[in-house]
Amino acid sequence: MFTLQEIKRSLLVSIWFVFLTFPLMVIRVDSIEKTVQWRWMNMVYVAIGSFLLSFVFRYMLQRKEMKSDDNGDDDKKDKTGRSFIHQGLADPRYRNIILGSLLAVALIFPHVFSTYQTSIMTTALMYVVLGLGLNIVVGLAGLLDLGYVAFYAVGAYTYALLYHFFGLGFWVALPIGGLLAAAFGILLGIPVLRLRGDYLAIVTLGFGEIIRLVMENWGEFSQGPSGVSNIPRPSFLGIDMSLDTALIYTYYLMLLFVIFTIFFVNRLQDSRLGRAWIALREDEIACQAMGIDKMKTKLVAFSLGAFWAGIVGVIFAAKTTFISPRSFTFIESAIILSIVVLGGMGSIIGVIIGAFILILLPEYLRALSEYRMLAFGAILVCMMVFRPQGIIGSIRRTYTYKKQTDGEVS
Amino acid sequence: MHQPILQVAGLTMDFGGIRALNNLDLDVSEGEIVALIGPNGAGKTTFFNCVTGIYKPTKGSIDLFHKKKNRQISLLGMKPNQVTEQGLARTFQNIRLFSQMTVLENVMIGRHCRTKAFILGALLRDKKTMQEEDEIIQTSHEILTKIGLQRYENEIAKNLPYGAQRRLEIARALATEPVLLLLDEPAAGMNPQETIELVNLIQEIASEGQSILLIEHDMKLVMSLSERIFVMDYGKKIAQGTPEEIRNNPAVIKAYLGEEVDA
Repeated sequence: MFTLQEIKRSLLVSIWFVFLTFPLMVIRVDSIEKTVQWRWMNMVYVAIGSFLLSFVFRYMLQRKEMKSDDNGDDDKKDKTGRSFIHQGLADPRYRNIILGSLLAVALIFPHVFSTYQTSIMTTALMYVVLGLGLNIVVGLAGLLDLGYVAFYAVGAYTYALLYHFFGLGFWVALPIGGLLAAAFGILLGIPVLRLRGDYLAIVTLGFGEIIRLVMENWGEFSQGPSGVSNIPRPSFLGIDMSLDTALIYTYYLMLLFVIFTIFFVNRLQDSRLGRAWIALREDEIACQAMGIDKMKTKLVAFSLGAFWAGIVGVIFAAKTTFISPRSFTFIESAIILSIVVLGGMGSIIGVIIGAFILILLPEYLRALSEYRMLAFGAILVCMMVFRPQGIIGSIRRTYTYKKQTDGEVS
Repeated sequence: MHQPILQVAGLTMDFGGIRALNNLDLDVSEGEIVALIGPNGAGKTTFFNCVTGIYKPTKGSIDLFHKKKNRQISLLGMKPNQVTEQGLARTFQNIRLFSQMTVLENVMIGRHCRTKAFILGALLRDKKTMQEEDEIIQTSHEILTKIGLQRYENEIAKNLPYGAQRRLEIARALATEPVLLLLDEPAAGMNPQETIELVNLIQEIASEGQSILLIEHDMKLVMSLSERIFVMDYGKKIAQGTPEEIRNNPAVIKAYLGEEVDA
């Protein structure tokens, strides 16, 4: 693989990278002393680094192509249920062991690790639910929604403002937040769902910004950019809790919601409605010709996705006790969407893993926080090249039939 | 004579200044196989799209006679999914399967408009929903067995051989329990062996009393299958009758082969 041509190509790549990063890495303008620093060593690092990386990249690409060449073998693997995770979960014995141990770890987690860790984990769990909610819209129904954070904001502000104006508690606000977000989903959906693909993405993106801007500028309603503070944490039978206990309590609450969400989304996926969503994603015209009401099915997907975002929004407001429009910028939507794409569209396990990677990694790599966005971009590019179906692709369910009522395995 | 189940009268469709369909009349009786033929661009697929609600015709009427309800229903202005619900099911000229779904799931989608379960049913999985789900799986399985695709059941649809994909489209349409089955060039791109299998399949379906309206280019297939033939050219109907009559109709020969010029 070290032919002259390959070396030449890598050399070109490294020159190109040096050129691209030159203004960033080499030149530093010191505006106080009015001098320009030339950091030539950085240029050398970039050159060597990109030279080596381009070899790795090409090697990986070759390996991937070789794999798809003898795809006869690959196909067989696909049919029987691709990765070992799926295989493990298919067998009920292993499934119980895996799920049981995961649950045990999740349950003792806050007692073993510090409050800081618990707090991070709670956030990650919130993104799991958000990812699963968006997965309904993007992964199953195939509607690219770039304004998902708007529904999250609706939920959060519902609780914050209901408390602020009427003194309503967390448990009352929770369903209201979810339902209100779902209502907003329908409201947005009716005019917008005629659009498809890129057009839908742009309009939803606009909607997300509208909600944020309204919250930022409607001072007397939402207290504008300064946000709403002193939102009470989730209560439990009116017991007074210390900060630590409250955080642990929130963690367990979130864990419960994650389990509920997985349970519900799993059931939705395998239902008549779930099949209609996937069919809609595959071919809209054929879908209608098969008697599926396009509008209704899309609206349900949109509002259900929004419902979960609203619920998590309420929990978010309760967890942080402070919200402002800055928590609901476009980057949030982008992260949630990345979770779905990275994990694997339409795959529940994939989305969960995606959420943990994208939320936990930046937390634990705080030292490298400057390069977070760079790494983010690089990861997504690599994903699209090497595993476009996501970390864990979705597999279709298979059915068996017997003449009895027990006609299916689930 | 049987009761006509589909009656189309004076159907006209304009695209801007172009008249794709011009005052077309057509009827299909119960249990009949009717073919619609014509040269390329004659407007056959446009006709299908008008009838199934994908296009909105400029003028004319489309009525479906519902035997169960014993009354005529106008399909004009209905959305495609409503048309299917009333009892017209179609296949597509360029295959439109749900390619990432399994074969069985494709057929299960066809059962969608005959079943009811919704969000609550999906979440609670109550007895009624589970029964319905079982019914969907069972019926779909039976249809696939009838069509001869049961060995592919759990394959992803896009991995099927071409002929099988075409048959799957028919299976999916049958799952909607159609009053009338519309087939848009079912034999397009098939090899002779597959075509023979297809003819047998269509005859088998028809023998169970299914009415069929089909568009086809393969003359041998049309002549051997259909009881009546309608011929279109430039959006107009130029002939109708039994295969024998059509074969000897000068207008049809002219449309297909051009006029004979005496030297």
